[in-house]
Amino acid sequence: MIEVKDLRKGFGDVQVLKGISTTFHAGKTNLIIGQSGAGKTVFLKSLIGLHKPEGGSISFDGKINTEFSIEQKRQWRQEIGMVFQGSALFDSQTVEENVMFPLKMFTEQSYQTMLERVNFVLNRVNLEDSNDKLPAELSGGMQKRVAIARAIVMKPKYLFCDEPNSGLDPQTATVIDNLIQEITDEYQITTVINTHDMNSVMEIGEKIIFLKDGRKEWEGSSEDMFKTDNEAVVDFVYSSNLFKKVREAYLNETK
Amino acid sequence: MNYIEHVGKYFIMLKEVFKRPQKGKVFYEALFREIEELGLKSLGIIMFISFFIGGVIALQTALNLDGAFIPKSLIGFAAKRSIILEFAPTFCSIILAGKVGSYITSSIGTMKVTEQIDALDVMGINSLNYLVLPKVIATVFFYPFLIILGMCIGIFGGWLAGVFSGLFSGVDYIEGLRTDFKPFFVVYAVIKTLVFAFLISTVPSYHGYYVKGGSIAVGKASTQAVVWTTILIVIANYLLTQMLLT
Repeated sequence: MIEVKDLRKGFGDVQVLKGISTTFHAGKTNLIIGQSGAGKTVFLKSLIGLHKPEGGSISFDGKINTEFSIEQKRQWRQEIGMVFQGSALFDSQTVEENVMFPLKMFTEQSYQTMLERVNFVLNRVNLEDSNDKLPAELSGGMQKRVAIARAIVMKPKYLFCDEPNSGLDPQTATVIDNLIQEITDEYQITTVINTHDMNSVMEIGEKIIFLKDGRKEWEGSSEDMFKTDNEAVVDFVYSSNLFKKVREAYLNETK
Repeated sequence: MNYIEHVGKYFIMLKEVFKRPQKGKVFYEALFREIEELGLKSLGIIMFISFFIGGVIALQTALNLDGAFIPKSLIGFAAKRSIILEFAPTFCSIILAGKVGSYITSSIGTMKVTEQIDALDVMGINSLNYLVLPKVIATVFFYPFLIILGMCIGIFGGWLAGVFSGLFSGVDYIEGLRTDFKPFFVVYAVIKTLVFAFLISTVPSYHGYYVKGGSIAVGKASTQAVVWTTILIVIANYLLTQMLLT
């Protein structure tokens, strides 16, 4: 479980996060949505420790990350898996080397044991026979799957994804969404996803947080989202005619 | 950001770079990769340039020392001194600053803008240590050999130019090479090379690591890195000459 209390972060005179509090539970896919510039990426990067918060606290299973000792911090880092927007695969390394990298860096396992684990996670993300390919030889969807494999190879307790569907066609996006949800359920990981994709919100959003101007405007489940009368959420989520009609149909059905 | 801030940030970067590698095996793999990438792959250009520069130095010297009382062996002597003291260490280092410096900045800069460095940081890896230290060790270890090779090939190029042009004989040239040979001059050249190698690996790494923006920013950073590395090599060259030879 991740507990965020009154999180604040700014850059110079610009205050990006203005006191966000929320809780992310284990085994659930938690989605952060909001317009561009709402503070989603800064929020996510603060959660994973790439940005140092100016105020507030983030605790992982009851332990506040800013109070970690060096050893605790090292341990915590190994419990985190991150899927970046552009996949962030090491482009000079093959798929196998990319996925094996955290194992080589943080474990003393033999090459054979590491290879077994790498093949296991690559199979898990449906990427067999790609071990020797370079990231440049893969499609966007395949790169995302390698990034997911690399993120879960160390059996993390927390999985963070920044726009995992950006640049993907709807079919591939659904495959990635389902994969993330399956992994979350299977390993009981606390998953936090930053997204703009409303399909993802409807498909896998067990808990959704809507950010606006650096503040938490709304939170709830995807079902709650249909019923909400929060204007900012309705304007953002149901900005397309298709989603407007879906919402109307849902509300008529549940009347 | 002003120059003093850049200097401060550069030294803070060095503090992170010179930490114990997190995993010895991974570090050695990276080190050998960098020796190949930054060292062995520069052999060709250094040999080619040294050969022709050596030839030009010998020809220029021969053409400018045409008095009847000037011994021909002076050509070999002057070419040797010029190549060992200046052309091999400084000229070759400036060439390497262009070739290797732009490679280092663009590779690290691209990793920065594509979030590969963030990925390392999230994993708990000291990205500066992982990326820059093998480059520093590889260049500082390998470039003295490269420059000594450059000296030998330059001197050979001078001999060949003289023999083929007929401006001086091989015997005169070799006599000049043997005259007043001071081993300290080779040591001086190696000391200079060590300092230049350090600059060639760290200054472009700094420009790459702290790049902000996209591909255009990476391109600009590469240019800046080459310019600043060259400037610093020239300044260091002056200071080292002042300290070691006067």
